[in-house]
Amino acid sequence: MPINFDAALGVHAQALATHSRRAEVLANNIANADTPGYQARDMDFKQVLAGARNDQMNMNTTHRGHISGNASGSTSSAELLYRTPTQPSLDGNTVDLQIEQAEYAKNAMRFQSSFTFLNGKFGGLRSAIRGE
Amino acid sequence: MSLTNIFEIAGSGMSAQSVRLNTVSSNIANAESVSSSTGETYRARHPVFSVIQQQVNENFGFNADAGRGVQVDGIVESQAALRKQYQPDHPKADGEGYVYYPNVNIVEEMADMISASRSYQTNVEMMNTAKQLMQRVLTLGQ
Repeated sequence: MPINFDAALGVHAQALATHSRRAEVLANNIANADTPGYQARDMDFKQVLAGARNDQMNMNTTHRGHISGNASGSTSSAELLYRTPTQPSLDGNTVDLQIEQAEYAKNAMRFQSSFTFLNGKFGGLRSAIRGE
Repeated sequence: MSLTNIFEIAGSGMSAQSVRLNTVSSNIANAESVSSSTGETYRARHPVFSVIQQQVNENFGFNADAGRGVQVDGIVESQAALRKQYQPDHPKADGEGYVYYPNVNIVEEMADMISASRSYQTNVEMMNTAKQLMQRVLTLGQ
């Protein structure tokens, strides 16, 4: 029975990837905190994660000689949303630096939790392989 | 790997903020540089920031329009009125005894300086956090 990594590792691998993509979006918000007209972006984490889990594009096999394959679906930019500004500034910038910093820190913590879970899964797999 | 992009984003932010600090220091240093005509007088300079848009199809997909940091489009001179002061004994006074002071507002510049230095620090912290996360990932499975 082959080890299926997708089944063994659960949601944590995708969660880790989604956290790192969200970190990039938030980093871009913070870097553009003083850019006139810039509108802060963010994503709906739950929705994007669900998309990352289900959006596997499978190749059609119409002949028995065809090799089946799938690509992990790259999610579309439509999932990037705009943040509702609490107090937009006069130059049209909607970045609230404190909110972005808090979100970035929170995202980093969740990244670390996902990482810890993933590490635990690998530890479990390894002890299963060794038969300890 | 999008964590590596954070280094580029934070780096672009730090570079933009240091340009801003540069203009602030230039403005403050020249706050009292008088001249005898409006054309020659130093005017307060400010950088204009804009988002670096990602190249189309470069990364194929997800962050297609989230932007990739910040860039300095250019530096504009303030068009506010110059300070005209009557100082007939000044060596640079014009025919009527007036000298022209730059339109630099020191208080505004100091506030701008603090804001720029705080933004710079934020970018440094952001890069540090990204670095920690990447170092953490390197220990996966150990």
